[in-house]
Amino acid sequence: MSALLEIEDLRTHFFTTSGVVKAVNGISYDVQEGETVAIVGESGCGKSVSALSVLGLIPNPPGRIVGGAIRFLGDDLIGLDDLQIRDIRGRQIGMIFQEPMTSLNPVLTIGLQLTETMEHHLGMDRADAEKKAVEYLRLVGISEPERRIRQYPHHLSGGMRQRVMIAMALCCEPKLIIADEPTTALDVTIQAQILELMKNLTKRMGVALIIITHNLGVVARYADRVNVMYAGKIIERGLAADIYREPRHPYTLGLLSSVPRLDQPRQKRLDPIDGQPPDLTRLGEGCSFLPRCKFAVDRCASEIPPLETVGNGHLSACWEQENLATARG
Amino acid sequence: MTPDASALESGARLSRNGELGDVLVDVKGLKMHFPITEGIVFNKLVGLVKAVDGVDFRIRRGETLGLVGESGCGKTTTGRCILQLERPTEGEIFFEGVDLTKLDQVALREYRQKIQVIFQDPYSSLNPRMKIGEMIDEPMYVHGIEPDAQKRKQRVSELLSVCGLNPKMADRYPHEMSGGQRQRVGIARALSLEPEFIICDEPVSALDVSIQAQIINLLEDLREEYNLTYLFIAHDLSVVRHLCHRVAVMYLGRIVELADCDELYDNPMHPYTRALLSAVPVPDPEIEQNRDISFVAGEVPSPINPPPGCVFHPRCPIAVESCSKEVPALRELKPGHWVACTEV
Repeated sequence: MSALLEIEDLRTHFFTTSGVVKAVNGISYDVQEGETVAIVGESGCGKSVSALSVLGLIPNPPGRIVGGAIRFLGDDLIGLDDLQIRDIRGRQIGMIFQEPMTSLNPVLTIGLQLTETMEHHLGMDRADAEKKAVEYLRLVGISEPERRIRQYPHHLSGGMRQRVMIAMALCCEPKLIIADEPTTALDVTIQAQILELMKNLTKRMGVALIIITHNLGVVARYADRVNVMYAGKIIERGLAADIYREPRHPYTLGLLSSVPRLDQPRQKRLDPIDGQPPDLTRLGEGCSFLPRCKFAVDRCASEIPPLETVGNGHLSACWEQENLATARG
Repeated sequence: MTPDASALESGARLSRNGELGDVLVDVKGLKMHFPITEGIVFNKLVGLVKAVDGVDFRIRRGETLGLVGESGCGKTTTGRCILQLERPTEGEIFFEGVDLTKLDQVALREYRQKIQVIFQDPYSSLNPRMKIGEMIDEPMYVHGIEPDAQKRKQRVSELLSVCGLNPKMADRYPHEMSGGQRQRVGIARALSLEPEFIICDEPVSALDVSIQAQIINLLEDLREEYNLTYLFIAHDLSVVRHLCHRVAVMYLGRIVELADCDELYDNPMHPYTRALLSAVPVPDPEIEQNRDISFVAGEVPSPINPPPGCVFHPRCPIAVESCSKEVPALRELKPGHWVACTEV
């Protein structure tokens, strides 16, 4: 089976007055049909930029895709002009943004924002689109959808708005949905509701999902496969179960051991990753995690480790990944 | 009815560095209602936002009390009331036996030095036009702690290194620093007045995971070293569990459960606490993919028009008819474990 989405050596750079920010610096990954893939990383690691690049949403200037390929169902999306990409964005690939407060248009009703996409992409007339909008709002668990479609975003709470965003992403029956930190702005009980909803709907409708997050718990619950990003590169990839059981990159290992966990006895002390994330305008020659790494050797300073297979579908970009495995026993 | 405040402390747990001291902070029947007005010329009162609606708790010296809840539950407002940044509508706040709500601005100055705060957002809580050193220096100057400028400078260097920063950073501006470094500056600034009590208002929630652990460890170290007392306000339940001795869970302006940390997490009794704990995903796919989340349906109601009776009853899985009529009082079901629910 060929991949639904295939990203190859994607490079998205931002040309700013203080230098070139290599936000995405040569990443490759794929998404199969119906699968949930997570991209995990901290702020500034390039996880959002990699997703926005897929949809052609990088503001230019200052940003530009300087290399690589993004193949969706076999077609490269990078060369497409604005009109062509608009036929894919929203129709074939849906998007759910982090901020439900700012990603809906405040001066248009919920109904209008939902029907607009369907009228444009599916060629429906207003009445049909409205019927479908009501249907989808009900599907995402919004009460009294007939009344809601006449309301404006400010009438709704954050959780409700995120439900509207999900309805909007689903309404054209896309093949892929990209969710950029879909629940970061929400409370825990609402977060659980929204994530379960997304999981059930994407499973039922066979939609593939890229979920971008920094929350390791969310990834554990919802993702089939995981890509861990650091400083514009993917440094580890694998099945969620493998990555959590046996992380093969010091950064992943550090992330997992730095969070306090509710399922384990209270630790005396947390084990943080020392130092700060690197400045993306001044990346050195070697591994960008080197200054914070406990396992570093001489080679790390001069050569960037490639992403190599370390197990079944499990890849790691670390020169010392074998020692990491033995160090953990 | 509010329970007898003296019973609200547990005494069952000792702080990690020794015994707990006397009661430092005593909040009694705290209410903070914000008016909603309409019209520009004639401000007509059309309603009240009951941000905090009857909260009691005590904090002993050396203890860390966690205050958890979802956004809008009144946890930050409670902190601001203790700081006297808001004058509460009702209730008393005793600090070392003195009721802060009765003091005027001049008399409060002494207590402003003893009670400090660390804010959530390290980007907006530092003045972008001031150097880091000036920001830490200024409170000491204002409160007359150290009149000698040279000695203050010395003290700034000390504070920066205590907080894990290079003393040379005193000459930098906030925009030159990362979020984690700025939060360290915020902590150094709070420490500059040698406070006894620090209100930490979501101090790590704006930070990245790998940096969060650094700041949490720093807060723990400082607590030991300076024998500090914290009120730790947060929504992240796993962080609260790590750092706190006792935890109070708030919902819509009220405390619904209060217990020793381990007791609360091992044996949550209030249906809201249970729902909260169950909603937190654990970073382990093998556990997560087989775990059932016990859901709470619906969303937090508006504090302008809270439901009658128990504020949680519209979302509660075990609610009975009487829940919509009577407000349940906090009851002590086990020594030190208080629950505001009639059905447990």
